[in-house]
Amino acid sequence: MWKFIVRRLLITFPQIVFLSVLVFVMAQFMPGDALTGLIDPNVSPEALEIQRERLGLNNPWYVQYGDWVGGLVQGDLGQSFRFKMDVTALISERVMNTILLSAVSLFFTYIIAIPLGIVSGRYNDSPLDSFITGYSYLGFATPIFIFALVMLWVFGFILGWFPTSGSVAPGLDAGTVEYYISKLYHSLLPGLSIALISVVSTIQYLRSEIVDTKQRDFIVTARAKGASENRVYNKHIFRNSLLPIAAFFGWEITSLISGTVFVESVFSYPGMGLLFLESVTQRDFSVVTALVLLFGIASILGALLSDIILSIVDPRIRIK
Amino acid sequence: MSNELLKIKNLKTSFRIGDEYYAAVDDVTLTLNKNEVLGIVGESGSGKSALAFSIMRLHTRAKIEGEISLNNQNIVQMSKSKLNKIRGDEMAMIFQDPLTALNPLMPIGRQIEETLFLHNKKLGQQGRKERAIELLNLVGILRAERVYEQFPHELSGGMRQRVIIAIAIANDPELLIADEPTTALDVTIQAQILDLIRELKEKIHAGIILITHDLGVVAEMADRVAVMYAGQVVEIAPVDRLFENPLHPYTKSLLNSVPTEGQDRLHVIQGVVPTLKNLPRTGCRFAERIPWVDASHHEDNPTLHEVESGHFVRCTCYEHFYFPDNKEELENGIS
Repeated sequence: MWKFIVRRLLITFPQIVFLSVLVFVMAQFMPGDALTGLIDPNVSPEALEIQRERLGLNNPWYVQYGDWVGGLVQGDLGQSFRFKMDVTALISERVMNTILLSAVSLFFTYIIAIPLGIVSGRYNDSPLDSFITGYSYLGFATPIFIFALVMLWVFGFILGWFPTSGSVAPGLDAGTVEYYISKLYHSLLPGLSIALISVVSTIQYLRSEIVDTKQRDFIVTARAKGASENRVYNKHIFRNSLLPIAAFFGWEITSLISGTVFVESVFSYPGMGLLFLESVTQRDFSVVTALVLLFGIASILGALLSDIILSIVDPRIRIK
Repeated sequence: MSNELLKIKNLKTSFRIGDEYYAAVDDVTLTLNKNEVLGIVGESGSGKSALAFSIMRLHTRAKIEGEISLNNQNIVQMSKSKLNKIRGDEMAMIFQDPLTALNPLMPIGRQIEETLFLHNKKLGQQGRKERAIELLNLVGILRAERVYEQFPHELSGGMRQRVIIAIAIANDPELLIADEPTTALDVTIQAQILDLIRELKEKIHAGIILITHDLGVVAEMADRVAVMYAGQVVEIAPVDRLFENPLHPYTKSLLNSVPTEGQDRLHVIQGVVPTLKNLPRTGCRFAERIPWVDASHHEDNPTLHEVESGHFVRCTCYEHFYFPDNKEELENGIS
């Protein structure tokens, strides 16, 4: 299995290199450069040209790419012109928020989806299953930003159970216990909003896998051994049905990290999604480029994680 | 104390299609004695597997009527928990397709140990492992210790069928049902598996129901044979009598369909087995496939007649059955 993981890791490396080239080339195609937005319009074109030469902007693209990658590996992603600070510092502030939000919504997703999926699959076509499936269709049809607004309105404003914006209460010092509790508290409502919508696909996957697996021949073998229904479900059907869910797990993380844009803006939650949205609308290109690269790396790592999980749970994948 | 192990009386197993139930096994009455091998033959769709699954009560959505008693315990009425105690213990089954009958995520050893664990709590973990390896050796698997830790996909079809047999015989069942154990395997492996079953027959002293559509297998292994057609037993006889003196038109047709040397044309039974929905429910069910036999020779409600000791045949049409000489008569019925 270790061999498989190492091999899989080795494939990941060229993928990331290729991604960085792609992101860099796309950034080059964008009109303007670092100086067009940054400089006082009264500066003479000659002075600009001198600056361009000094900053290496007239070099061929591969030299510039080399400079860019050189900066990347040292953690230098450039400057945000809007925030007037290093992109690295800007993003690292947001990354933790997004990771926290993703973890919270993942937790809620699986804690809700797995029991519902099991019930729905085991007692398929029962009234309970119809109810759960009905909820799934509703969830599929509901746009997340509308749902998040309703959640915010009901639990944030009317009931006042949860804070309505931000990622931490003002006036708390980083590092104290209260600070972390406040962080978690702020992530609960957006996390739950994401989870209640994203559970539906997991429920339906699990349900259809269970319905499928329980008709397989080895289930008959298990029954013929004298295993009780509960044992058949727990030992044979459940694990086999989890395979696609496990395969989905890495992808789920990726989509959470890059896909919480709407929820973050509804809850004014300072995560990467919100930052991305703002940077695009305000043409803060160095931030956009860095984020696109980061999201890309996240999805490559997500796929890697999925493969590793799958190789652990499914012996057929392990390569000798 | 009688020698009778399994008694099936007026068994009817029906499946629901739409709003109605259709019987896949209809009015089957059989007995199996201890240490006896009963062969059940018939075409695909004749109800052989449905019968086997009824005995093990493995159908999930079927209506079972009649009586199945194993050692005088009625399986049809039995509670689930009682049923789970005897499944895998007193009765066990070998399945048709070894490629799908094992859990792909569980090592071989644990799949064998599961049936040991379920029926013999006293055997500890170590005891189970020893027994599992002993069973693997018994079914002729080389390097049993290694196979014990392997997963099903690492084994060939023949090996997997051996594992399935090991699971079936793990708790020394009194009744062993082999449901076409060689159908999914290629010919050389088929012979090996049959040799194994024959060998085990001497060792485990179980009553065996061997379901197959291979008449050669039956001739070699069975003590008695039941021929099934369209959910019914049409003929049942000791194996030598069946081959020497087949009576029912269907049995004759089946035997006639086995290729022999010097034959220029292979005999083909006309038509196909009717589907579950289209089964004729009255009269002789084979009548439509032998149109040249006059309709008046069939019984309205055919029953099994004992024609000689232990030899039963359903419907009196057998007395008037013959294979037509010319093609025209074969196709158009009596002229």
